Amino acid sequence: MKHRFTGYLATSLLALTVALPVQAKDTVKIAYVGPLSGGNSALGIGGRNATDLAVKLANENPTSKYSYELVVVDDECKPNIGVQVVTKIATDRSIIGSVSNYCSAVAMATLDIYKKFNLPMIVWGAVLPDITYAQKISEIHRVNGTMIQPNMVAAEFMVKQGYKTWAILHDTTDYGKGHNRYFSEYLQKNGGKILGTFGVTADQQDFTAELTKVKELNPDVVYFGGLTPIGIRIRAQMEKLGIKAQFQGTSGIKSDSYIESLGKELAEGTLSLTEGVALERLPRGAAFSEAYAKHGYDQPFEAYGPFAFAAANLIIDAIEKVGPNRRKVNEELGKTKDADTVIGKVSFDDHGQNIIPLVTKYVVQDGKWVVWEDSEYGAGKRKLKGL
Amino acid sequence: MSLDIFSQYLINCLMLGMIYAMVAVGFTLFFGVLDIIQFSHGDVLMVGGFTALVTYAGAQALGVANPWLQLALMVLIATALTAGLGVLVARYLVLPLKNAPPLNTLLITLMMGMVLREGVRLAYPNGSNPQPFPRLLPGGVWSVGGFEARIDSTILLLVGLALITGLHLLITRSKLGLAIRAVAQDGETARIMGINFNWIVLLTFGIGSGMAALGGVMNGLYYTEINFGVGLLLGVIGFAAAILGGLGNLYGAILGGFLFAALQTVGAVVLPMLSQHIPSSYKDVFAFAVVIALIAWRPTGLIAEKSTERA
Repeated sequence: MKHRFTGYLATSLLALTVALPVQAKDTVKIAYVGPLSGGNSALGIGGRNATDLAVKLANENPTSKYSYELVVVDDECKPNIGVQVVTKIATDRSIIGSVSNYCSAVAMATLDIYKKFNLPMIVWGAVLPDITYAQKISEIHRVNGTMIQPNMVAAEFMVKQGYKTWAILHDTTDYGKGHNRYFSEYLQKNGGKILGTFGVTADQQDFTAELTKVKELNPDVVYFGGLTPIGIRIRAQMEKLGIKAQFQGTSGIKSDSYIESLGKELAEGTLSLTEGVALERLPRGAAFSEAYAKHGYDQPFEAYGPFAFAAANLIIDAIEKVGPNRRKVNEELGKTKDADTVIGKVSFDDHGQNIIPLVTKYVVQDGKWVVWEDSEYGAGKRKLKGL
Repeated sequence: MSLDIFSQYLINCLMLGMIYAMVAVGFTLFFGVLDIIQFSHGDVLMVGGFTALVTYAGAQALGVANPWLQLALMVLIATALTAGLGVLVARYLVLPLKNAPPLNTLLITLMMGMVLREGVRLAYPNGSNPQPFPRLLPGGVWSVGGFEARIDSTILLLVGLALITGLHLLITRSKLGLAIRAVAQDGETARIMGINFNWIVLLTFGIGSGMAALGGVMNGLYYTEINFGVGLLLGVIGFAAAILGGLGNLYGAILGGFLFAALQTVGAVVLPMLSQHIPSSYKDVFAFAVVIALIAWRPTGLIAEKSTERA
């Protein structure tokens, strides 16, 4: 018996000595939360791919202290599912940080879970101001802006173009209701008139009843606060009913899918005011697009991919600096100031909110989202509807 | 409200009702012959719509340019394939469970719906987003006095009416219809009389699913867009409409479909006019609440089945 034990010990020791010199780096897990199925999955998959790219680039970098592993969960853009999957990642202590949430409703439902389990997270897409500002939770950060600034700029910009009357459609989630609230508020301050406001559900298929009412009200502009799938339906059904008004959306419809599904002609002239700066105008934008293309993802990174990429990089940088410890990483993230990222400089205020004052105006021109200032509309060569 | 706006509401409501009725008819047919609820029926409609879309792409690729020919191909192929899908669902999911508790059939078809929905979403290129549906019917508007309607909507309404009338004649006037009614009334006795029970069930599923495919094509042509989730709500509403009218009764399903559409339109249009505190977003709350009240009032539906001897 003794003999056999010594033998075993010797073999183990031998194995250990052989293993030591080639020992791999410690693996650190980070999580990604977003909608991978359902109507908003195009944006969710774009964000997932961008996060995955950040992890791959960190792993390809020989100076990285750790090897990173991405844990991906699907919140389906539904708060109840979000609570389940976030609880799952929060209770897994090997996960150190999370790139979380495109859907504001899911973010709102899961804030307390991050707090309870001290899991530092960075929001990459949800724009409801309450996520960072309703309470002060040190675990919650956000790289993208809130819906306040774009609506402020949008109201002023549209009134300046000469539009006077609006009909507002919004989905009845926190996202749509928030947009309705801020846009209505700033529109009235700028002297615009709201003829009617219509709440619609996020999976509604038929909008003809609401839109016929809109036709009767005959506004200059139809404002839509909501996401791409129903944005497409509303725009298509507006055409069907012969509504001639200008169509104006929020960051929620600024996706390639909006144009693909509607076709060039119907999408032409649609406006979307989003937070942040256009990727092509940023110093690191080109490098990101190039790396994304090189890694061969099947789907585009969509509007919020760069934000997810920036969020993942901030988490990875913090882990590199202070080690894989939730509390330390959280403290480190809280100190973020003028960090250089793909979306420009990032600084968190005391609520973990990135203070990007920039808003970009986009218009669809010949089947592409073009920055207003670079567009023929901005140059005065083409006119928006009704002007 | 001017007449052109009123006519617009009316056409919207009739069109919505027509699509609901076409789904409800399927639910009621299946319940008639087998006493089961085929919960994936709404998703079968969605598959029909997507099959038509694929056929359109195929026709384009083969150089078929005439819109009427394209439409004919889309209708034929979508109806045939979707009817086939209905037959497969009946043969491999529903019939084997004939003697199992009805809850099992309900669950299995519910899951089938999920399979179809997610399958189309993942398999169709960029399937998560709404897909453009070709406009093959003539646009333009006709008007009589102040009453206006789009030509394409009118064609769709007339076609829908013709289809439902055709189905009605098939059920009431043909030998096949007699067999379907016999199986619906009493499967055992029908079998003794020499009716091939399984055949009739499969045919009924084929007919109902074919109708759903036509509903899917009409839905696509009307909204010029189709998406993978379209069947989910249509399934729920179609089922509610069938129950409301009296499950197992063809007229009931049609009545239920139009009634539900009327309730939604009233909820979206009339209620906000009556009170500022009821926004149009309450239309589904209103429509479903009224349906609940109606079902509580007439548990067997507005038009109850004549034969209620089932035990």
